[in-house]
Amino acid sequence: MTTLTLAKALNAGLRRALDDDDKVVLMGEDIGTLGGVFRVTDGLKAEFGAKRVVDTPLSEAGIVGTAVGLAYRGFRPVIEIQFDGFIYPGFDQIVAQVAKLHYRSRGNVRMPITIRVPFGGGIGAAEHHSESPEAYFAHTAGLRVVACSNPADAYVMIRQAIASDDPVLFFEPKRRYHVKGEVDETASLADARPMGVATTVATGSDVTLVTYGPLVQTARDAAVAAAEDGVSIEVIDLRSLAPVDYATVEASVRRTGRLVITHEAGQQGGVGAELAASITERCFEFLEAAPVRVTGHDIPYPPAKLERHHLPDLDRILDGVDRVLRRPNSLSGVEA
Amino acid sequence: MTPSDRDATGLLTKPDDFLQLVSPTGERHANAEFDPWIADIDLGALGRLYRDMAIVRRIDAEATALQRQGELGLWPPLAGQEAAQIGSGRALRDDDFIFSSYREHALAWCRGVEPAELLSVWRGTTASGWNPFEHGMAVPQIIIGAQALHATGYAMGAAWEGSDAAAIAYFGDGATSEGDVNEALVFAASFDAPVVFFCQNNHWAISEPVGLQSKQHLARRADGFGMPGVRVDGNDVLAVLAATRIALDRARRGDGPTFIEAVTYRMGPHTTADDPKRYRTDDELDEWRARDPLSRVLALLEASGVDIAGLEREVGAEADRAAAELRAALTTITEPEPMTVFDHVYAEPNSHIERQRDHYSRYLAMFADAPAERSADAAAPGTTGGGAR
Ligand SMILES: Cc1ncc(C[n+]2csc(CCOP(=O)(O)OP(=O)(O)O)c2C)c(N)n1
Repeated sequence: MTTLTLAKALNAGLRRALDDDDKVVLMGEDIGTLGGVFRVTDGLKAEFGAKRVVDTPLSEAGIVGTAVGLAYRGFRPVIEIQFDGFIYPGFDQIVAQVAKLHYRSRGNVRMPITIRVPFGGGIGAAEHHSESPEAYFAHTAGLRVVACSNPADAYVMIRQAIASDDPVLFFEPKRRYHVKGEVDETASLADARPMGVATTVATGSDVTLVTYGPLVQTARDAAVAAAEDGVSIEVIDLRSLAPVDYATVEASVRRTGRLVITHEAGQQGGVGAELAASITERCFEFLEAAPVRVTGHDIPYPPAKLERHHLPDLDRILDGVDRVLRRPNSLSGVEA
Repeated sequence: MTPSDRDATGLLTKPDDFLQLVSPTGERHANAEFDPWIADIDLGALGRLYRDMAIVRRIDAEATALQRQGELGLWPPLAGQEAAQIGSGRALRDDDFIFSSYREHALAWCRGVEPAELLSVWRGTTASGWNPFEHGMAVPQIIIGAQALHATGYAMGAAWEGSDAAAIAYFGDGATSEGDVNEALVFAASFDAPVVFFCQNNHWAISEPVGLQSKQHLARRADGFGMPGVRVDGNDVLAVLAATRIALDRARRGDGPTFIEAVTYRMGPHTTADDPKRYRTDDELDEWRARDPLSRVLALLEASGVDIAGLEREVGAEADRAAAELRAALTTITEPEPMTVFDHVYAEPNSHIERQRDHYSRYLAMFADAPAERSADAAAPGTTGGGAR
């Protein structure tokens, strides 16, 4: 075991993938000499050369579109989108090309492209630097969407994403890049928990609290705070947003009878909306209360000085927990 | 060969091979095409251009210092690019519209943007500091290259209305790789839009050298899109002024767009969050320091008999005042009220956002009602756990 930050764990995972398969190439803006603005690719160009770790011209459509061509040629491109808000110039190539080529070619063409996206807020950044665009991609057939939340997962999941024959949107919680954790660098992918399987990170019996990426730690903190109050929360780190591991969530909700979902992205049409609907369909007779979503507001990401009023935090999550428990809460007395 | 192998391409980093009216040491080169366009720039007017550049340099340095002191979240310095921005900015008419990216603080200066309006974005209190229609300058753009299309559309509209106002789009060398910029060039040429594409080639897109974006001079791209391209010394305020005036005149006469490549250099980091030592050398910096846009104007003025010690004193005092005003402006930038996060999401009433606004205000009210010893938390939900429970 080694102790690594989430960023360093990704770096180690990328190095391992580059080592294991010479068809793996990294591409992106500033990822080579600079090592990426978050230093996730630090040192890799020096180690593997400019043909494996490629600083690209400043064009997201160009990066994704050429990755499509490289994939046709048998490569496994790993793309870095510098910040969440800059993925949109490449959006067309992702949702209209990358996502659909396997289907359109009746399975003949594979698109093993990994699209790394630092996402989420909480770092006091300028506009377009704190967004949570995951739902656009979860809504698109043909794409897998995952989000890591800790160094150990980051190390394994990035390698799984690269090894996957499907295109993967790989969301990295940028405000957790510097959080440290134990990483087993000897772990083999064969033994690892599959990328599509959720993890129960805290067990509990009263409420199931589901989240992913940056809010996993906040959700765990909420479970600890709630325990002091006599409420037992089970926290699930979804890890995969498309497809969702419903088996794990369902089993938990059948025991607790209550579901709270939290994410930084807005509520409308979000991952939480899908989860609430699906769990209601699957577990209706087990639910003691309607599922509750605690999310960012449906607003453009606000200026840095206001972001704490947008991002779900421990208090807002606990307020949502009070709602499913029908305890006094911010919406007491409000009609649905 | 991968693009990265081209980092060292001499062609693109060679600074010569452009139009220059004032050399780095202050010699005035005559130019038959450009000179008539700056015939009105006498020594007094040249002194005023120097004054603009010196003040914005000082504003930039002060803002950089404010960021280092934690007063601003971020700042993208313009140092080195004063002539490119002032030369083009002072060529504009009041009714011309500017579409800029994030580094064009000197254009904001030309347009009378107030210090607090300039700083509030970088302090993180607003998403945009000024009203575009008060200053003839769009809200700054962070998405690389998007503003080139906006400028083109604005220019198309102006022309369709029969106005002779023009639009000008500012973007960097890196931006020329984005689809948006290329699509803007197509639209502008197709519709003869009265727009000027002003590319500040400052040689670096964060860590990427211009050679990674283009194998030839950027101005040469214009030809392929069907418009004139001109490559000027971007550190020569007179050359930039003349080139921009020529382009604007073309636009006003209905002859369509022009692409200007102003060859300059970003002396500081990309932003205050960047560490340029990782990707460029001190030698390169020294080379560009010798081509400073301000000192060559001083040298020319001195050679023309102007008392530059007096000028520097006078301008220095003004720059000091501007810097002090900038610092003082911080105190006028107030912390935004929490509920303003819901303002202006839509122009018309929207039931969904009203519901969220209502719910969040009820949530905040719980903290207001919290017992006294917990009310410290109320000011900042998110910093503590369980404050209102
Ligand atoms: C669409 C998009 N992609 C990436 C970024 C991140 N980014 C911000 S500035 C920058 C470099 C821009 O270089 P250039 O266009 O040369 O302008 P300069 O900063 O040098 O003035 C990059 C990659 C962005 N803001 N927008």
